Formats: sequence, C-alpha cells, structure tokens
Amino acid sequence: MDKKLKIIGKSTSKLDGNDRVSGRSVYGHDIELPNMLYAKILRSKYTCAKIKYIDCSKALALEGVEYILTAKNLDVNMIGYKRDHPILKGETVNCQRDEIAAVAATSREIAAKAVSLIKVEYEEIKGIYDPFEALKTEARKINLNGQGEEKFGNKNIAESFEYSHGELKSMKKLSKVIVSRRYQFPRVTHCCMGTSNITADYSIIDGKLTLYSSTQVPFLYQRDMAHALKMEPSKIRIIQPIIGGGFGSKLDMLPFEPICALLSIKTGKPVQLLYSREEEFIASPTRQAMVIDLTSGVDEKGKFTFREVQITMDNGAYTSWGATTPFVMMQAYSSLYQIAACKFQADAVYTNNPNAGSFRGYGNPQATFSIERNIDLMAEELGLGKDEIRLLNANFPGEITGQGLLFKTCGAKPALLKVIEESNYKMKNREKQSGRYRRGVGLASMLHVGGGAKIYRSDGCGTRLKLDHYGFLTIITGSSEIGQGSETVLAMIACEELGIPLTHIKVINSDTDVKPWDVGVHASRTSFVAGNSLLGAISIIKQKLNSKAAQLMGCKNSDFVYENGFIKACEKEVKIDKVVREMHFGNPNKLCVAEYFFEPTSSFQDKDFKGDVSGNYAFASQVAEVEVDTYTGKVNVINMYVSQDVGRVLNPMGLQGQIEGGLATGLGYALTEEMIYEDGYLTNPSFHEYKLLTAMDMPEVHFYPIETMDEAGPYGSKGAGEAPLIPTAAAIANAVSNALGVEFLSVPLTPEKVLKALSEKNNHKTANSQIL
Amino acid sequence: MDDKLIKISFSLNGKSLTKNVSPSLFLIDFIRDELKLKGTKPGCREGECGACTVLVNGVAINSCLFLAINIHGKELITIEGLSSIEKPLHPIQEKMLEHGAVQCGFCSTGIVLTTKAFDDECRSDGKIPSRQEVKKSLEGHLCRCTGYTKIVDAAEDYLTHSSF
Repeated sequence: MDKKLKIIGKSTSKLDGNDRVSGRSVYGHDIELPNMLYAKILRSKYTCAKIKYIDCSKALALEGVEYILTAKNLDVNMIGYKRDHPILKGETVNCQRDEIAAVAATSREIAAKAVSLIKVEYEEIKGIYDPFEALKTEARKINLNGQGEEKFGNKNIAESFEYSHGELKSMKKLSKVIVSRRYQFPRVTHCCMGTSNITADYSIIDGKLTLYSSTQVPFLYQRDMAHALKMEPSKIRIIQPIIGGGFGSKLDMLPFEPICALLSIKTGKPVQLLYSREEEFIASPTRQAMVIDLTSGVDEKGKFTFREVQITMDNGAYTSWGATTPFVMMQAYSSLYQIAACKFQADAVYTNNPNAGSFRGYGNPQATFSIERNIDLMAEELGLGKDEIRLLNANFPGEITGQGLLFKTCGAKPALLKVIEESNYKMKNREKQSGRYRRGVGLASMLHVGGGAKIYRSDGCGTRLKLDHYGFLTIITGSSEIGQGSETVLAMIACEELGIPLTHIKVINSDTDVKPWDVGVHASRTSFVAGNSLLGAISIIKQKLNSKAAQLMGCKNSDFVYENGFIKACEKEVKIDKVVREMHFGNPNKLCVAEYFFEPTSSFQDKDFKGDVSGNYAFASQVAEVEVDTYTGKVNVINMYVSQDVGRVLNPMGLQGQIEGGLATGLGYALTEEMIYEDGYLTNPSFHEYKLLTAMDMPEVHFYPIETMDEAGPYGSKGAGEAPLIPTAAAIANAVSNALGVEFLSVPLTPEKVLKALSEKNNHKTANSQIL
Repeated sequence: MDDKLIKISFSLNGKSLTKNVSPSLFLIDFIRDELKLKGTKPGCREGECGACTVLVNGVAINSCLFLAINIHGKELITIEGLSSIEKPLHPIQEKMLEHGAVQCGFCSTGIVLTTKAFDDECRSDGKIPSRQEVKKSLEGHLCRCTGYTKIVDAAEDYLTHSSF
C-alpha cells in the first residue's frame, strides 16, 4: 500500500543553507539594537569560598558603566532542574564558574574594565572535587540548597535513581562468566562554534521582556525565566536567532541568561551578553563525568544473564537536566541486548567542580562504553566470537524488555549483521598483529529513544498551517532548528503531501509569541514529533481543500491527488491557489488554515521507571577499524562502518550529515577530548589545549541505513540525531584493545594512555617470564 | 585606552575606502563593529577555529589575529564580497549546499573563503589538488556539526571540477 513518494527519500539541500553559507544569517552575536548596552560577568576567583564583601564603587564610577548587578537586594528565585542554583552568588561560591557580579556598560571594553575594578574579598574554604570524598559522612555540605539528606540520605547527593528487573541472584548463579570493571569518564564539552549569547530587551513602558536567545527549549525556557524573575511567563517573548550549534548545551537555562535579562530590566535598555571562547569552556555545560562499576554475566551458551551497575556522577556544584541522564542510561543497561536481570543505581553527587549539563547522547555514550567493553571481555573469556555473542543476544522485533520498552520494530540484528559483513569483522578480528603499526577492529551497538521521550508533562508539538491565495504555504511549528535540518524535513513533508514546491514553503519556528507549544529540541525527537504534528495539520487542511476543490470540479468522494500545485480528482484538476482564493473570497468566506497538536502514544514510566517511554526506538551498530602506532601511541581510525535503524530515510543527505557529525564528536570523545581540572579549575580552556579533531583526522565513513518502517514515525522514520556518537568510543576502545591486547577503562585513548597500557603489558610479560 | 587613530586606505570587496582606526583594533572587530559586515564570525578570537577567515590580498587569514591597520594599501575580501546582484552565490557556496556541507553554518563562511584562496593558489600553480591536499587546506577550520566529510567533498568537487 506504500504510495510512491516524490521527495521523501531524496537528498534535499538545507532550506536556509544559502543564508548560512553567504553570511546573511543573523546569529545572536550579530544582533545590534538601538541604545544597546554590553554586559560582562565577574566570576569567582576561588572554587570554594565565603564572600566577605563585594565593593563595586570604583567600577560604578567608571564613565559608561550603567548598572552593576550583585546578589544584594535581588528579588529572584533560584534556577536549575532542582532549583538549587542562585543566579548571582552573594554569600558563598561553589565553583570556578560562579557569578558574583555583572556589569552593563556602553561598550564591551568598558564592561571588561569595570569587571576588573570590582573588589571582592573571599575567605577560601577547602573544596571537594571528588564525588567519593563528597559522599563521606564527614564531608561538608556543598550546595546549601541541596535536599540530599531528606531525600536520599546523604547531604551531597543531588539526584538518585534506582531500577531493577528480573531475578538477579539466580541469574548470577546461572552465569558461567562474570566480568566486573570500573570505568571512568572525564568531562567533555560541546564546543558549539557560536559561543553562548543572549540579547535582552525590556520595555519599561509595558513591562514586556523580549529575549533573543539560542535556547533549544524555548517554552521551558520561558517558564524557567518567568520563575527566576518572578514575572508572568506570557510577558516574556523568546526569539531564537540562528543558533551556532546546540548539541544539548542549550537545554538548561543558565545564570547568564536571567542576569542579562535583569540588566535590561534595571537599565530599561537592551543588553547583550556574549561569551568569549575561554568563558565558553569555563562556564558552559559539560558532559557528565562519572565512574561506572559494572558487573555483567553470561551463561555457558553465551546468553547474557544479568547486569549490575553502580554509577557515581560528578554533578558539580549545581543541578542541571544532566542529572537525569540515568533515565537514558538505565534503558541501555536494562534493554540493550536481551537482559534477564538488571540492577541499576546512580547517584549525582555535588562537588566543587562546575555543574555538568546535557550533551548529545545524554549519558548513553558512557553507559554503552561500559556495556560493550564488558561484552568483549566476556566473549574472550567464554571463547565465543565477539560478533556471535552480540548476535545471539540482539534485540528483536516484538520484544518487550524488562523495563517495559516495546520494540514494535527493531533493526538491531540487521544493523549488527551489516557492519560485521561490510567491515569483514570476522577475518580482521582474528588477524595476529605485530610490528610498529598494529591494526584492530572493534564492534559496539547502541539503543536510544527514536520517538521522543516522555519525561516532561507533554512530549508533544503543535503546528499551524497557513496556505495563502497565491499558493504559498507557511508552516508555523513549535519545534526549533539548531542546524540539524529539521525545518528542511518539515518542508519536504509538506511538499510531498500538498504538491507545493519547496520554494513556496516557509517555516516559521523562532518566536514564542507566534509558534505553538513544543517541549524542545532533544532526545532525537524533532523530525518524529514535529513531523507527525505537521502530518496531522496537513490532513485537516486537506479536508478543507478537498471539499472546496470537489465543489469547484463538480465531483464528490473522489481520491484527491496533490501534484505540482494542482488538486486532481475525477480526471479534472484545479490549481491549489485558485481553491484557496475561492475559500477566501467565495461565500461563505473562509481562511485556509489548520492547526494540530501531536502527542506521542508513549507512556510515562511508573515510579519504578518501567514503561514504554518513547514512540519508537533506534538501534545502531558500529565497527571501528584502527591502526595504532606502538612507538608514539597514536590511534589512527581508518574506517568507521555504521549501520543504524532509522525507520525510514527522509533526507539521505541530511541523515548522512547527522551520522558523520555525530561520529566526529564520538571520535573526539574516544581519542582526544578531555577537560582537565586541578582543584576545580579548568586548566585547558582553549582550542589550543582542548583538542577537537579536524578534517585531517576523519576516517572513511561507511554508512548503511536500516529501514524498519516503524508506523509510529512520519513515513516510518525514527529519531536519528544522537545515535551516531553513542557507540563510537566503545567501538574504538574495543578496536584498540583488539590491536594491542590491552584493556582500557577510560576515555580518551590518548597516546600517553596507549603507551602506558603497552608498557604495563610488556612489564607484565617480563615479570611472568621471570617467574617462569 | 585612547589610541591615536590612524588613517588607512584599502579596498573592501572591490571598492576603495578610507577609515580612521585605532592601532590596536583587530581586523575582526573592524569588520564586524565598524564596517557592520557580520558574515565574518567570531568563533574563538585566538586563531584556532578559522570562522573569522577573510582574504587579504587573496591570502586567507584569521581576522582575529590581524590588526586592522595592516590592511592599509591592501585588498580585503569578506564573505559579503563573494555575492553580487547578478550572482548571489559563489560556485563554492553552491557546492557546499549541494553536498550538505552546511549545518549550523557558523564555520561555513570562513571555509568558503579558505577554499577560494586555495583554489586561486592551485590555479596559479596549474595543479589539481588531491583529496589529501584538500583536507590539509581545511585543517585550520573547526566544525562541530558536520564531521568535515561533506565539507571536504564540496571543496574537492569545486577544486577538481571547476573550469581552468
């Protein structure tokens, strides 16, 4: 019954790509408003201290300084997922990032000068930077607004998750091989090419606040901002300029945003705040640093028996959405491959490090790394092929996992088979390696939500359509574009369904005063949720068009075909713009508009975190082929074989871009990226010292989409944006282990770490031979 | 603070211009704040990311590491200079769109200009670059969205297929 599609499935260039490539796009950095002031934040000198006093008198005396904001006399609420984060710190500071004062001045230079003139006297306190130290009973309470003692029995626990299914004891007994390992993951950061920015414009006339903000979640942001500032949410209008990268970093509202809004409220003038790159490293979110203790078992036939995992996350000084990454991680532990029993416990622990946030993949890269490393170790000990053990335990269509996830469609096994075959995994995995350069292959899979994730009260998205009497369609969608290409996919869907060319379609998605509600860009959800919402609206507008077209053509109850700007039925045709004109100007006069709100059929999880939380699920496997230089320790990734269940390919070029871009971030996580802290101070806040990969470092990417045609998604599609980076570090670590015969328990696999592992292996060998 | 302003004359996107600038002003700030050309992007201001690339006498430079006074007597081309009423997009830009090399776009304009400079260099040397050479030419640009493959594809397509 699959009708032939005209544009869906064909590579389509980015809708507004020409503006972006020609410099016409207006990013937050490019906004200039009349009478605009420039803001700069004074951050803490210490990572843990009491503030004795703040003296702004010299700074205030500087010509061009219009306002200095401190915690004093500030009537605001705390922010953050746990509302444990003061916008400005007046009594204590808890991390390097902490905001003490903010200046608004007539130029960036004056604002910077003024910040340097603010005098703060501190009384330094010994900080706690290791979550395990923070958990000790004698440890000081780090975040005074934390509720760990009452809720979780430890004052320094910010958030905690427990989950289990199956009979753990008996499954342990059934196990032939049990592997326990501790894995450690550092902080890494998003490195959006456009740094954090906001321009706030408050009107003292009507009390309305307009924020030009690069948030990924405009409606949650509006609510959070209103709560922070004690304002009516609808008096706050969020306009999203073009966003220079998101990747999860813009899920939380951070202090700089209400600070900038307050400076505008206090001065009655527009105020702009831009981060420098150094500030971006120091004060924008990071991926969770964590320690994962994973024990997993397998029976003599190679069937996985259980997973038992304890996760200790470094929450930093305040709590962000990132503390909820265990929601996603527990899905990986409970349901990636068939797992009879699972016990999961995760604590987010306050420290005097900067607060972590959310990052593309949302905990899943860390979880997947531990799972897939343990699988390789179990397979080796059991003497089973690393590919065979994965195929034997692969998820399957119709499976309801221990956690209650329902895999109506499932491309896990096809994806595994595809990368195993294409990479020639079997043969390459067996090759014995010697000499300076050694090659290896590594395999890893992943499971992620593909149809949104019902965590907030609604996981929905609204759409409004306006078809004008010249035949141009305006799609007003709640969803946001952060470069990923969702508005292109929406335009393609409208083109497919209504036969209107892409050049006649406009997507409006950047203004909360105009667009209907949506929960935001995250969880790989936008094409799925906004696409379904659009299809709902199209179906309504088609009913209106059909009825008018039928009247005009004098035929009833026919199949109406929308093609090349025409509506065709009963061997007649009428131009779509003519139909709209007849609606607008005929009798009775009617607008050609429609609106629809789509809410996925997914369910909330119960208090035990059981339930089918997503509209569908994405599966992927990757094989990394590496060559390691045993003299220098450098890992060169030669090939990445990627197969992913995307449901259906909507825009092949856009999808490939998501795959390659995700992989690049995964490769950086595996090999080079690490934020290095000393007592809570970031020691490498620049691209000099925090090594992003370049064009020279990219391997050949071989991508094989798996189309499972999941009926929940638009045209059968599933979310795809996060999956490509999730198994990458695991696949690379497995490949390097395969090449060298050594183990890795952390990322990144820097040359130093590789050489150290090699030298330990050699020492071990020498020691053994001496014993012999 | 109060630098004595210095008069500079230069060509901006093909048109002669004279301005008074502070000797400590960086070219990126001159372009963005005084000339109001916002297509030159501030990615790091430390010469690492390449987003602020412009052409000075045909050479691609990081405008964040270059003093504005040093364009005196020279020819400055910014991304806006590649568009004309007759031809709004340069063929390099068309290739980038065709290959899907643009996502958030913050790094894109700098990449276009580097590719143009590299193309001019290859033409004057009369050579067609290898894929490895194309990659090498783009090494100074950071991109977090695309994974570079499509950027290299677009540049290679242009550099090896444009008419000599």
